[in-house]
Formats: sequence, structure tokens, C-alpha cells
Amino acid sequence: MLRFILMRLGKAVIILIAILILNFFLIHAAPGDPAAVMAGEAGAADEKFIADLRERFGLDKPLLTQLGIYLGGVLQFDLGYSYRQQMPVADLILDRLPATLLLTMTAFAISLSLGTLAGVLASARVGKWSDTLISTTALLFYATPLFWAALMAVLLFSVVLNWLPGFGYETVGANYTGFRRVLDIGQHLILPATTLGLFFMAVYMRMTRASMLEVSQLDFVKTARAKGLRPSVIQRRHIFRNAMLPVVTLAGLQAGQLVGGAVLTETVFAWPGIGRLMFEALAQRDYNVLLGVFFVSAAMVLLFNLITDILYRFVDPRIRVG
Amino acid sequence: MGEPVLSVENLRIALPEGADRPFAVDDVSFELRAGEILCIVGESGSGKSMSANAAMGLLPDLVRPVGGKILFDGSDLLRLSEAQLMDLRGRRIAMIFQEPMSALNPLLRAGEQIAEVFEAHDLLTPKERSARAMELLEEVGIPDPEKAARAYPFQLSGGQRQRVMIAMALALEPEILIADEPTTALDVTTQAQILDLIRNLQEKHSMAVMFITHDFGVVAEIADRVAVMQYGKIVETGSVDEVLDNPQHDYTRKLIAAIPTLATDRARGDVGKQPVLEVDGLCKTYVTGGSLFGRNRRVVKAVQNVSFTLAEGETLGIVGESGSGKSSVGRCLVRLLTPDAGMVRLGGHDMATLSGEALREARKSIQMIFQDPYASLNPRSRVGRIIAEGPMAHGVPKAEAYSNAERLLDLVGLDTSAIDRYPHEFSGGQRQRIGIARALALEPRVIIADEAVSALDVSIQAQVLDLLADLKEKLDLALLFITHDLRVAAQICDRIAVMKEGEVVEIGPPRQIFTNPQNVYTRSLIEAIPGRERELAAAE
Amino acid sequence: MADFWKRFSRNRGAVIGAAILLIVVIVALLAPILFPQSPWRMVQRPFLPPLTMDQYPLGTDAVGRDVLTGLAHGAQVSLLVGLISTVAALLIGIPIGALAGYFGGWLDDALMRFTEFFQTVPNFALAIVLVAIFEPSIFSIVAAIAIVSWPPVARLVRGEVLSLRSREYVEAAILAGQKNGTIIVRQVLPNTLSPIIVLASLMVATAILLESSLSFLGLGDPNLMSWGYMIGAARTVIRQAWWLSFFPGVAILLTVLALNLIGEGLNDALNPRLARKGR
Repeated sequence: MLRFILMRLGKAVIILIAILILNFFLIHAAPGDPAAVMAGEAGAADEKFIADLRERFGLDKPLLTQLGIYLGGVLQFDLGYSYRQQMPVADLILDRLPATLLLTMTAFAISLSLGTLAGVLASARVGKWSDTLISTTALLFYATPLFWAALMAVLLFSVVLNWLPGFGYETVGANYTGFRRVLDIGQHLILPATTLGLFFMAVYMRMTRASMLEVSQLDFVKTARAKGLRPSVIQRRHIFRNAMLPVVTLAGLQAGQLVGGAVLTETVFAWPGIGRLMFEALAQRDYNVLLGVFFVSAAMVLLFNLITDILYRFVDPRIRVG
Repeated sequence: MGEPVLSVENLRIALPEGADRPFAVDDVSFELRAGEILCIVGESGSGKSMSANAAMGLLPDLVRPVGGKILFDGSDLLRLSEAQLMDLRGRRIAMIFQEPMSALNPLLRAGEQIAEVFEAHDLLTPKERSARAMELLEEVGIPDPEKAARAYPFQLSGGQRQRVMIAMALALEPEILIADEPTTALDVTTQAQILDLIRNLQEKHSMAVMFITHDFGVVAEIADRVAVMQYGKIVETGSVDEVLDNPQHDYTRKLIAAIPTLATDRARGDVGKQPVLEVDGLCKTYVTGGSLFGRNRRVVKAVQNVSFTLAEGETLGIVGESGSGKSSVGRCLVRLLTPDAGMVRLGGHDMATLSGEALREARKSIQMIFQDPYASLNPRSRVGRIIAEGPMAHGVPKAEAYSNAERLLDLVGLDTSAIDRYPHEFSGGQRQRIGIARALALEPRVIIADEAVSALDVSIQAQVLDLLADLKEKLDLALLFITHDLRVAAQICDRIAVMKEGEVVEIGPPRQIFTNPQNVYTRSLIEAIPGRERELAAAE
Repeated sequence: MADFWKRFSRNRGAVIGAAILLIVVIVALLAPILFPQSPWRMVQRPFLPPLTMDQYPLGTDAVGRDVLTGLAHGAQVSLLVGLISTVAALLIGIPIGALAGYFGGWLDDALMRFTEFFQTVPNFALAIVLVAIFEPSIFSIVAAIAIVSWPPVARLVRGEVLSLRSREYVEAAILAGQKNGTIIVRQVLPNTLSPIIVLASLMVATAILLESSLSFLGLGDPNLMSWGYMIGAARTVIRQAWWLSFFPGVAILLTVLALNLIGEGLNDALNPRLARKGR
């Protein structure tokens, strides 16, 4: 197990380095002077700052040397400096990261648990009206643009019904502490996490349903029936466990989209995470922040992948033992 | 013979609309008596496993019984509620299936799956259940029951998996065991062991066994009584001796006549002809699962130092069980695989080392016929194109290639109108004929037939074998016939090479191989041929 | 072909989807005729609610532009971007997948690591970075969407080719002396067509979602009126003018839904054996 995790981490490091190289070349491929690109919108930075950048990143040296300097910087957690925000990018991101982790993890948990639950229910009632209802709802969620769902959720639950807060991370100025604060954050979390999870809920539901139906046609299910097992036991022990394998794989593959979706959700709900940070950087053409967030979100995806890989190994003995 | 424990009366099972016939089982009646093994035998699509599935209440979704009764212990199984059936299943009627790999849940340990049978009927404590599971594994003859109980299905061999299935079926000492082609997926020696096991357990527990099979050899080994099915009807029933020795119905007669016999007196009249193919010291090793870090690396020596020659007009059989390397040899010869070492001399070239254009040219004289009639023809090409493609790739003009294709279709016994049709419009046997025509299109000197008749029903198999023999004669071809089926090999081969674990252990004329095998393994293989003893006894 | 339509039309959802998509296509084609005015032109007072003036049934936005005109012109952008970026993604994904699957070995390893990399990277974030750095334009948007959406194509094609490659008829073609290029084009790719078509129809849907998401964040082509842009511009005034974000969202939803339904119908029609997982 430890060996497996170490190998995975090794692979993750390789991917992260590849992303850094990609980032580096993006800066150089962008139209205009790389120094100006790093400083933010062209012309917004003063001459001295740009000259500093040139020196620091050796912009007059060969490309490979520059790459070395850039990678070396990242190794020391230096993701560059945001001229706009007057802060190191790494600090900006670290400040915002917990909120995004909370949001995406919650959305991941909600979508995976509710999605598989709905999928199991639908497959058990295949062809009946409850299956049609669940499947149609999933199809709608699947086709709904995330940012629009978020806006509509704000409109309905926050503006019209006034049930839940639709803005921010906690009630501004209330200064809650302890459990009150947790509760407050929880309330603010419900709408963003649910809307972010909607699409994925639909994805997992459809996959679970299809997978359950497919597995239920397999020979060992017939064996289980021939033993005289109760349908509920067959469903749980034989069909569900096998059906979950592709769902877990899919969850790993979808992690990237989940993290990407956080940009939209956080933008609409003013959730103070790295997605919102990215949106703000976008408006200001603050490329260092943009690339930094991109890098960190890729790292988050790798974390999600690691989690699903470990999950998979727990479910499937062929990988664990073999 | 005992009392009937299960009687099927006028059973009729409907197929879904659009099937090739309205009833899978049409007005079928038979009895299964206490302490007997009843074989229900028939070709694919005869409906032979339907009545058994109906008895268990396990028919496929769209197929349902529409008439008749299945009486067991005074009640009609077709009229029982699902709860009542659940109580019977596993406890009083048990079932084993064809594919032991897919019939076991890949995510549960063997012991757990056996213990589940007790759980299903609320018997014993969890601890007693696993103890019983262990005893059962011992009873079905698994070498290390403790280890097997903890193993997942993928860690067991095919025979062991089927033993686990049997242990599961025996757990509650059922009165009836239904075995649906339980040995079809197994190698011949494993099959012999499993048949022995079923026979012994049946006697020990005095069960009634309904044994469904397509193989008359298996019937001869195990049956007390036989029911022969065709197109959903039983055409003949009787004791095994009556049916095998004195079949009454035409269809039964035809089926039995189609079985290749072991008594072979093929004398080669053409000894001394020039070799067309010389294989010397062929080796091929697979390395699988080798990742960058060398985890799970497995080295399989598929072919080890194999040498033989094939003379003009000769048929050489390569027989062996799965994993013996027989297919790898064939694929090395045509260079679908590249051998690690050795020489394959064909028409002045060494096939083993050729590459590029030279290989392409040399392959013209060695062609292959494949196993699966469904996977061997491109579903999106017309038959004419499939046959003409090869010559056209070698520069033959289209018109000539197509007229040649027509001639070949005629030669393999198909109507020339087939040229404009797609493969899915043909039956398995016809597709195999198309595959043969394709192989002949390049006018090869050697044909490799890799399990070319294994996927066919016995009557079709006989026709294709006749065709091959006929073509070989006409075109003076040398044939390398790779098969797991010793009967087929006995029938058409001039010489047979027996392979085990990548090596040729014995090579010789069929008469020697079958009556006086020199090698221990060859002997065990021959002895495992189902129905052999009966056939020998009859011959004397 | 007749069989195809029969199976396709047996799926009621697919027929509904096709009908919706047909309407969207017609609107997009006729937009310059039905709504000849520029969608950027101010036509009325700002924040005119829907159904208050017959001429502007869906109202006007924060600067008095007609919402309905915007929707019609947005349909063009959505469909165009969806279609072109999908074609571009197929042009990247199919060759990579086919080469990896057919030749295997180190080439497969290399190409699949490359694909895996693009699949791991959060694709929306990458699209944002690409469009932001290369300046928003219809070209950069299409390119970014294609770059983030080809990996599933490559994986699908590779998987199919890999299984087809060991299929006996491909081996027969090798023995018959056909060349690799011919075999890939003649024997292998035609048999991967059905799943590619199904995937492509779903990819158009995803591309439309991606385009609208980018436009929503202000990364749309500044010269083209798009649905995502309309919602993005209305985000801050959601409390005053719900209709500004509501209608374009419905348009996206319906188009994407239609494409998904069509994808399922195509799947039923092209893969009859796998179809109707229900039973």
C-alpha cells in the first residue's frame, strides 16, 4: 500500500513538473514581452519592476536557463509575485485554498453519495415511473450550465425564498466563534456545494444505473440467485460492489472538472477560494496568479485521483492482491 | 432406477418476438429419476438448457414458460411464488454453470461464496459456515482447502473454480443437481477430472443429476439416460446404450455419425515428399505486466525449442491444452508474432527473420484460417471485397481479383451471389467457408488452421472438415491443423505433434499417438478423451 | 439506413432532442433575416421586463439591447463553436488514439502518458488560462476547447483500435499483405465509427457548455454576442432583472439537453446490441 502511494506520488510530481513547463512556455508563447506578461496587463507595471523581473528570471539568457530558474523558484514555493495585489502568488493561493478544498470536497462527497444512491434506486425500479423521474432529472442536471444553475439557485433560495445565504463564506460582521461559526459556514456552503455537485451527481447517477443493470446480467448474479439468496442481499453484496468499480474510476476522471467548476461556482457565490481568485485575476489580466491557480488546481486534481485510486484498491481485490 | 424426482410435462417456453422460432422449448416431457444422471444433449440453439433454467425459475428476462408443468415434490415449480422458489434453490435443487470464472463473484473470496449458501437459508452460525465451506472444498478435491477458501476467483485455475462451484451446489445436499455444460470451458484432462468428481459425488449423495451438454463424448462418459433435443423438441430418449448404440431418430443418427472417431487407419500414401515448411528451434517468450518499475512481471515461455517439418500435401496436427503454446507456434510461423529464436524455412526464405516487403511477399505462400467465424470477417466489408482484398494488395487488378473470388466461393461450396453480401447474413459454418476462400485467394502452399472448427456445432464441423480434406487434395496444400480436440486431429491428420508447456512432447502418426503413446502426458491426454473407453469397447 | 432511423426513432427522447436541435439550427440560420439588427444595438430603455412590449417579448438588458435578438445571434455562436471545436478535437484525438492503439509498445506508452497528462489537468482551468493568455477570440476559444476535449476521443479510439487490432479479420488483412495504413483506414477505423459518432454528439454539447462558461467569465469573443456572455453580463443585476440570465440559460440548457438526447438515440441506433440497457 505504502509502495503504491509512493509510486502514485512520484507520478504526480512528474505531472506537476510537466504543468510547470507548460506554464513556462505559455508565458513565452503569449503575445508580448514575457516580463510584461508576468507583471500583469501590459503597460500597467512600471519600468523598474519589469527590469527587476528581467533580471530575476534571466529573461535575456537562453530559454532552458530561464526554465531552470523558473522551476527552481517553484521548488521554494515561489509561484511569482502578483503586482496587482502586491503579494506573492503562493501566499494569495494558500490564503484561499482551504475554502476551495472545503467546497470541492463537500461537492464531491454530495455528488458521489447522492448520485450512486439515486442510480441504485433507479436501477432497482428500471422502467417504472420513479426510474423515469430520476433519469430525467439526471438528464436535466447533466445539461444545465453550472454557472446558470448557481445563479438560479441564488435567485430562488436566497432572493425569493430567503432560505439560505447566497453570498460569501460566512456572515460578514457577525464574528461568530466555535460551533456557531461552523454552522454559519455550513449554511453558506449548502448552495455552492450543491450546485457544483449537481452535474457530477447526474454523471454518477447515470453511470451507477447503467453499471448496476449491466452487472445484474452477469453470470455470478445468476449463481447467487441459484443459491436461494434474497434479492436484497444479491443487490447489495453482488451487484452493487461490482457496479461501483467503473463509478469510482469515473469519479477519478471527473475530479479535474470538479476543480475547474469551482471557478464558476465561486464566482457566482463570491466564495473566497482560489476559483474566485482566478476570476479576479482574469479581470486584471494578472497572469502570475492565473498560472499559479492553474498549477495548484492541478495538484488538487492529483489529490482527488489519489483518493479514488485508494478507494478502488479497497473495492477490487484483483488490484490489491494481484 | 428410482422414482421420478422431477417431471417435466408438456413444457412450452416462448421466445421473444422476432426470434427464429416461436418456442424455445416446444411440448417437452421427460422425467429425472432419483439417483440417475440424465443427459440432455443437443446443438446450440436446441433449447437444451431452457427446461433446466425454467425449473430453477432462472429463465432469461424475455423468455417465459407458457404451458405445461414441472413437478417437484408434489408441486408445479412454474406456479410457485418467488419466495417458495428461493427456498428451494440451493437447498433442494442446485445448479452449476458453464463458465466458472464468470459464475463466481470476482470480488468475494471462494470460502465466502460457499458460506453464502448457508446464509441464504438461515442455517448455521457464521463460524460454522466457514468451517463447512472448508470441508466442502476438501470434499471436491481442492488440494489446499484453507488457501482456496481465502482465494479470490482470479487466483484459482479453471478446474478449481468449477470445483468451488460444485462445493457450493453440494452445500445443502440437494436432491437435484443441474449441471449446464459444466465442462465445456475446461481443458480435456480437467474435464475428465470434473466428470469423475460429479459422478462420484452423485453416487455418494445419491442425487439426481440433470446434465446438459452438446458433447456426445461426455454423454458416453457420464450419462445413465439421454434425451436428445433439436429445435426445442425432444426427438429421442432412452438409456445411454440404446441411444448411442442404436439411435432411432434420424437426427440422433446424423449427430453421432458426425462425431470424429478415434479409430484411425490413415495410412500416408505420399511418404517421402519434399518438405515445404521446416521449423527448427523455434522459441517465443512473453513478458507481461512489466511496468517501468518491474512490478507483476511475468515471464511465460510460450514456445520452447519447437522443431518439425511439414511435407507437401501433408496434414500435421498440433494438439495441446490451453496455454500449451500451440497457437503461439502457428502465429510465429506467419509472423503475427516474432519468434525470439529459431528458423522457419519456407520456399527458400527464413520467415522468422524477414521483414517489410520481403515478409509481405513471403506470406503469400502461408495463409491462416481462424477460429471465430464471427470475429474473422470484417462486419463492414462485403464478402467479395474480403476475399479479393489480399490479391489486390499484391497488385492483381480488381476485376480479376473479383472473378477469382467468385470461383473460390464456388470452390468452398457457397453460391457466387454471396459476393455482394455482408458477413452477418451468413451462418457460422458459411462464414468459416468464406474464411477458407480468403485464405486460398493468395494461392498459398501452406495453410494454418487455428482451431478452425472449434466454434462450430458437430454437424457443421464435420462438413467443414470434409471441405478442408477435399480442398487439400485438389490443390495439393500442406495443412497445419492446430486444435485442442484430439478426435478432430485423429480424423484428419497424417501426423500429430502433442504440445505441453511450450514444448513438443511427442510427434508421430495418429495410430501411434492414440494406441501406443510414448509420453506420459500424451497418455493422460488420450485417456481423458470423453467417450474413448466406450468407443474402444465397441470396436472390439 | 432505414433500420437506423427505425431504431433511432424508437427512442422518444432522441426524437424530442432532434426536434429541439432542429429549431435551434433554424433560428441560428435565420437570425440575420429575422433579426437583421445588430444584437449590440440599444433599441429600448434598459431593463424592460419581458412581455411588456410586443416588439421585444423577452425584454431588454442593462443597456437596452433586445434579449431575443441576442438569443438568436447567440445560437449561431454556440452551434458554430460547438461544431468546429468538436471537429478539431476529433482531428487531434483520432490519429493519436489510432496510432497508440494500432502500434502499441513505446509509442502507445508515450502517447497515452501525453493523453493522461491532458486528462488530469483541470480542463476548464486550462481553457481559461489558454484563452486569457492568447486573448479572447473565436479562434482562441475554439482552439482551447479542442485542446481540453480531445483526450476522451484518443482514449476511446485507442481502446477500440486495441481490441479491433487483435480481431481475427485484422490479422487476416495483415497476412493478406495489406499495408498498415490501408488496414487502419479500411479495417479498423470504420468499425470504430459508431462509438465516435456517439461521443462526438456528446462532445458538441460539452463544447457549448465550455464556450458559454468561458463567455460567462468574460472570455468570449468581444465581437460576438453569445449566450454565456449575456448571462455573465447579467450576473450582477440578477436581483433586478432575472430574465436577463434566465432566458439565455434556458437556451443553453435546451440545446445541450437536445444534443445529449440525440447522443443516446444514436447510441441505441448504432450499437443495437448494447442498446436499451433497461432490458
